[in-house]
Amino acid sequence: MNCIIIDDEATARAIIGQLCTNVPSLKVLEDFPNAMQAIKYLNSNAIDLIFLDIHMPDFTGFDFIDTIKNPPKIILTTSDPNFAIQAFGYDCIVDYLVKPITPERFQKAIDKAEAIKPTAPVEKASSGQVETSSGNDLYVNIDRRLIKIDIPSIYLVEAKGDYIQVKTDDKNYTVHSTLKKIEDKLPDSLFLKIHRSYIINVDKIIDIEDNSVLIKKDVIPVSRSNRPELMKRLNLL
Amino acid sequence: MEQPNLSYINSMSGGDKAFEQKLIGIIKAEFPEEKKVYFDNIAAKNYKLTAENVHKLKHKISILGLEKSYDVAVNYENNLIDGATEGRTDFESILQIMTDFLETL
Repeated sequence: MNCIIIDDEATARAIIGQLCTNVPSLKVLEDFPNAMQAIKYLNSNAIDLIFLDIHMPDFTGFDFIDTIKNPPKIILTTSDPNFAIQAFGYDCIVDYLVKPITPERFQKAIDKAEAIKPTAPVEKASSGQVETSSGNDLYVNIDRRLIKIDIPSIYLVEAKGDYIQVKTDDKNYTVHSTLKKIEDKLPDSLFLKIHRSYIINVDKIIDIEDNSVLIKKDVIPVSRSNRPELMKRLNLL
Repeated sequence: MEQPNLSYINSMSGGDKAFEQKLIGIIKAEFPEEKKVYFDNIAAKNYKLTAENVHKLKHKISILGLEKSYDVAVNYENNLIDGATEGRTDFESILQIMTDFLETL
């Protein structure tokens, strides 16, 4: 895995760099004392993994993640254990290392990162919305571009605060919109809201347990009130 | 009073003596700078920035094996965030102990 290190403390960069030398699968391409330099670097270099300090002046680690378009896997490195819950909100964060980092704990984080396959690239919207649908296509507005999504390829739509994440077979899109708005644009014959935060493509279901649906690799909760409608839609033997 | 040691540096270096010396050199160069910024900010009563300085210094406190001192720094950092300086004397004693130790390396 090609990786970079972002930390405003030279001592921390040296330690993480040394820990990386003990892992043959890791190649440290660069290290940066601030996030801005790293953002410029990422514009023209493909990276698999970032070791990212949270607590940096002016531009925190979380600011950095929110800024880059397609974040690779990220291992947070920090002296502050208090951000762990916030870190859980980011799909790209694979582990959270509290300094001083021991070789054993470092190796565990690398094992985790290696076990996770690269995520589908995410088109992240600074401002966008669900625009129109015509036939099998749905257009979403991301960064002032109307991007066409093939409706049958959508397998999941998830509400995330002021945004929705549209997951398709080969790409994910984060759009500034609401679940209600996209629900109105998707054909009822194919899609079903099974929870207040999730709409699924019924054709893509792999299996169903009592209160959850496995769709691709995502396990999605089914709310009690939506379960009867889901069961009606299934071709039960 | 708790004394610094090189246990952590030795454990993470994997026996790489050249790296140990390199890391000690980096700490010896970076620590006085961080300490100076800390003293400037505390003198200016800029407690928010001082808390950030303490936060950064905490890492070096832990690298030098000062586990109890680390807790002192955590409490001091939290006090500074609240605009209080309780714990200042103890924290600055820790800085002096670290300074003295680094001079022996």
